[in-house]
Formats: sequence, C-alpha cells, structure tokens
Amino acid sequence: MITTTGLTKVYRSGDREVTALDGVDLHVREGEVYGVIGQSGAGKSTLIRCVNLLERPTSGTVTVAGQELTALAGKGQRANAALRAARSHIGMVFQHFNLLSSRTVQDNIELPLEILKVDRRERSRKALELLDLVGLADKAKAYPAQLSGGQKQRVGIARALAGDPKVLLSDEATSALDPETTRSILQLLRDLNRQLGLTVLLITHEMDVVKTICDSAALMKNGRVVEQGTVAELLATPGSELARELFPVGGEPSGPDRTVVDVTFHGEAATRPVISELSRTYNVDISILGAAMDTVGGKQIGRMRIELPGRFEDNVVPIGFLREQGLQVDVAGDPAAPATAAPAGALVKEGAK
Amino acid sequence: MTWSQMQPLLYNNTLDTLFMVWWSTFYAVLFGIPLGVLLILTDRGGVLQNVVVNKIIGAVVNIGRSFPFLILMVALIPFTRLVVGVSIGPTGAVVPLVIAAIPFFARLVEAALREVDHGLVEAVQSMGGGTWTIVFKVLLPQALPALVAAVTTTVITLIGYSAIAGAVGGGGLGNLAYTYGYLQYETNLMVITIVLLIVLVIAVQLLGDLIVRRLAGRGSRGSSSVRVGLRKAPTPATAAGQPAEAAPADAPKERVGA
Repeated sequence: MITTTGLTKVYRSGDREVTALDGVDLHVREGEVYGVIGQSGAGKSTLIRCVNLLERPTSGTVTVAGQELTALAGKGQRANAALRAARSHIGMVFQHFNLLSSRTVQDNIELPLEILKVDRRERSRKALELLDLVGLADKAKAYPAQLSGGQKQRVGIARALAGDPKVLLSDEATSALDPETTRSILQLLRDLNRQLGLTVLLITHEMDVVKTICDSAALMKNGRVVEQGTVAELLATPGSELARELFPVGGEPSGPDRTVVDVTFHGEAATRPVISELSRTYNVDISILGAAMDTVGGKQIGRMRIELPGRFEDNVVPIGFLREQGLQVDVAGDPAAPATAAPAGALVKEGAK
Repeated sequence: MTWSQMQPLLYNNTLDTLFMVWWSTFYAVLFGIPLGVLLILTDRGGVLQNVVVNKIIGAVVNIGRSFPFLILMVALIPFTRLVVGVSIGPTGAVVPLVIAAIPFFARLVEAALREVDHGLVEAVQSMGGGTWTIVFKVLLPQALPALVAAVTTTVITLIGYSAIAGAVGGGGLGNLAYTYGYLQYETNLMVITIVLLIVLVIAVQLLGDLIVRRLAGRGSRGSSSVRVGLRKAPTPATAAGQPAEAAPADAPKERVGA
C-alpha cells in the first residue's frame, strides 16, 4: 500500500549537509498497522512527511495505493493539482492536532471536504457521521479550545478520514497525550483499521504504541531502517533489537558453567507447559532469569530467558527439544550489542524549515 | 468666538476628518492585506517562496514607511493632482494618507499572519489544499483578531496623520486647530478640537478591542482568557444547564458572559 524505495533526504544549510533519510526502503501492506519507531532525530518524522510529499525527498520514490507520488509531483516545489488530488486521499494526523481554532469541530472536519468541493449538505452529513464514528457526536458545535487533548485528537482523526482515505499517516499522534488517553486513541486507530480496512502508518518514539497496535514495525536509526518486518518475524529474528525492546528480559548471558537461552513463544506454544515438560523429560534444573508475556496485534507472544546448567555442548539435546516444540530458541552467548548504544552524534534535523 | 460660530466649523471639520480616515483606511486595507499576504507567502519557507519578489516588496514597503508623512505629502502633490484632480482639501489628503498607510498596514498584516501556526498550513497541505485554501481558510481566518487589531492601530495612526495633513491644507480637525487655534489664538476652539480627537481615538480603540475580544473568544491559542459573547458556542443557558458537556472538565467553566 505504501512503498518507498531508496528514499533519501538531505538538508543543506550553507555548506553543511545533514542526511535525515539515507536510502529508506519501506513496505507497508494493505490493511496493516505499521509502526516506525526511533529516537528523536532518527529521521522518522522526515520519513512520514516524505510519504505525502510535505517534504520533498532528495531522491528515491514513494508509491501510495499504486500511485507513484514522486513521479506525479514533478520537479517543482509547489504541489501541483495531481499531487493535491492524491493527498486528499491520504489522511494525516498530527502530534499537536493542528485544528483551526477559528472553526467549530464540525467545520474543522468539513475543511477537507470543502477542498474537495463537496456541497454543503453532504459535507455536513459526512462530518456528523465521522464525529459519531470517533465518539464525539455531541461536540459538533464546540470550538477546539473547549476540548481536551484526547478529544482534539479524535477530531483530528475524524478530519483525516473525511476524504475517505485508504491510508492514514500518524505523526506522533499520541505523544502529546497522557497514557490513558493514548490507549483510547490507539484503540480508536485499531478499530478504524479493522472496520474500514484502513492502512495505518504511524511513527512514534514509544515502544508501547508499537506493542499495542502494530502488525509490523521498523526501527530507525540515523536515517536508516535497521530492522523491519511483522512483529512475529521480528521476534523470530535472532538478535533483533526491536524484539528485545518489545520484550525485555533480564539476566546475565551464558558463562563457562551455564547456558542461557532466550525462548520465544508464539501462538499456541505460549499456552503449553513446555518448560516443566523439559525439566521432567531431561531431569534438568531450569532457572527462569526473566520473562515477558504480552498480546501483540491480537496474538499472544512471550519471551523467556532461562538458564540451563553446564556448557552449551551439554545442553544440545534439551535445546533441540525446545525447538521441536515449535519454539524459537536463541542462545544468549556473548553479550549482544547493548540496545541503548545509539550513537549520540550525527543527529539529524527534523521537521521542515 | 461664540459657540454658535464654532459649532458649524467643528461639525464640518469632524466630517472632513472622518471622510479622510475612512477612505484612507479603506484603501489601506484593500491594498495592504494582499501585500502582507504576499510578504508571508514569498518569504523563506513560505508556500510560494520567492526570495527576489519578497526582497523587492520588502524594500518598497520599507521606503514607504521611512518617509516622514509631511515630506511624503509634499512630494506627492503632482501625483495627487493626477489621481484626484486636486492637491488640497480632504480629497487631496486621502491620496498621501493611503500611500503612507498601505506599507504601514502591510507590515502589521505580515506580523499578524506570521503568528499563525505553520502546522495548520501543513495540515491543509496534507488534505490537498492549495495556496488559495491556505490564504482564505487558514491564514486570514486564523489571524482575524490580530488583523482587526492591526486595523485599529492603522485607523488611529491615520487620525494623527490626517491632523498633520489638515495643517498643510488638507482640511479636517487638524486644519481647524491650526488655522483658528494656533494662528488666531482661539484657544477654546483648539481645546475642543483636541478633545474631539482624543474622543475619536479612544472610541476607535474601544471598538477595536471589543471586536478583537469577541473574535478571540472562539478560543484561539494564546488569546485572553475572557470570553465574551461566543458566536455559536455555548450560550450561558447551555453552559449552566449541562456544564460537563459544554466545557472539558479541566477548563474553567465560568467563562461565558463576562
């Protein structure tokens, strides 16, 4: 649904060059919720703004719903009619809502319809329908200043849906909200994704957001996508940093007299008593060093770090047993690169100027 | 000079002043808003970024603003005669007043529009809106309270300028104060004239503030916390009837009808 190939954005100021995006290939499938996560300065904001060409990429292509926007837009900096028409079918919600304070809630939602030259009665009907959808039917005549943050974002979402988009872009939509409101907004996005078949691309710096609603995720660092895939794929990737962040498990790595393995459970394996079976079958003492269990995208997934006595060579058989059970087993050998070692330098400029 | 002698003089000259201020404000707004909008649109990072055009307009505006009004008026005499046929009287004064007021007002418009959150412009761009939509649905409506305040300031400045114009043959209250008050030692008339000008300025300021407050009452960010007579939003009745519905729980409820 959304594909970017070799997307690169370089900002020039004077003779300094900052690479905000460095050859990003992203592939968002139809009907999924796709989360891009990264620290501030990683380039994720530039990425999402490049998807509807609010930011013109220096090179690379963007294709949304089969339309190659980068080809459509031509060379000029100004958005031509073709690009504007394409944009009107890509919804976008913003961290700071960006509602017009001079208009009522209903008039805010009607704005994209005015741009589409929809007649007054149809605009009004559609706006009220959308308000109902986001649970604010009683707020049509209120002004944004009279709403709470969560309500404002609901209006923002209703506005983004006015053009019947196939794709919704969410630029840190929950980052200005408290945890409880964040949950309700994420729930709303999830519902819209299911009910309308809406494809959602969201960027965030909160792992919880990815955990709560994303089917797929990508991790960005220094303008590059370093990992991407469905949550299940990521969890199945040995040494995946995202998987580790999503399911942090504590405990020391393997030593000479012990073997530490990370076991990842998916689906039905998550509900079987595998560990006690292992213990009984092979008569080994198992220590659980850390574990995390959660529901991701509606699937139950867990990770566990366990310790088996003896070296790896002594434990080949029990580990083989675990693998036979359909579990994914990674031996936590030498400490993997610490997750927190994101380079502090080379921060890129975010946003437009 | 008796009151009956003063009365027609005061009346006619007040009308002359109002005539000059009204028409110069009218043209200043007519030309100043497009200029201010152009200054914003062509600015670096603007929707129609064009540094050359921006620099040229900026330079013209700056030159216009740096002329002392008295000099401008004298310098413009041939031009004034060309445009309205005369160079004296209220009609003759309107032309230099307009020329002085356009760049002044354009800068105020520019400042007002610059305060509009760029995020709103981006939001409209993301909906597929073009430049016209940005100007007429975002920039101007969002900046409306500030624009009204700018008009107020311009009107008051023009009242002052029109008095200067009056002193050099433009007519109006300035002319009255100068010819009778200063040249003929009619102190009473001069005092009355000055009081009239003060009343005029205060009235314009109060009216302007009232409109600004009403517009800002829609709750634009950073606006005063006083909300007077909301246009469509909760009337006191609904606010009192169902307070939880009318306002978010964390907002002060007693804001309507100050």
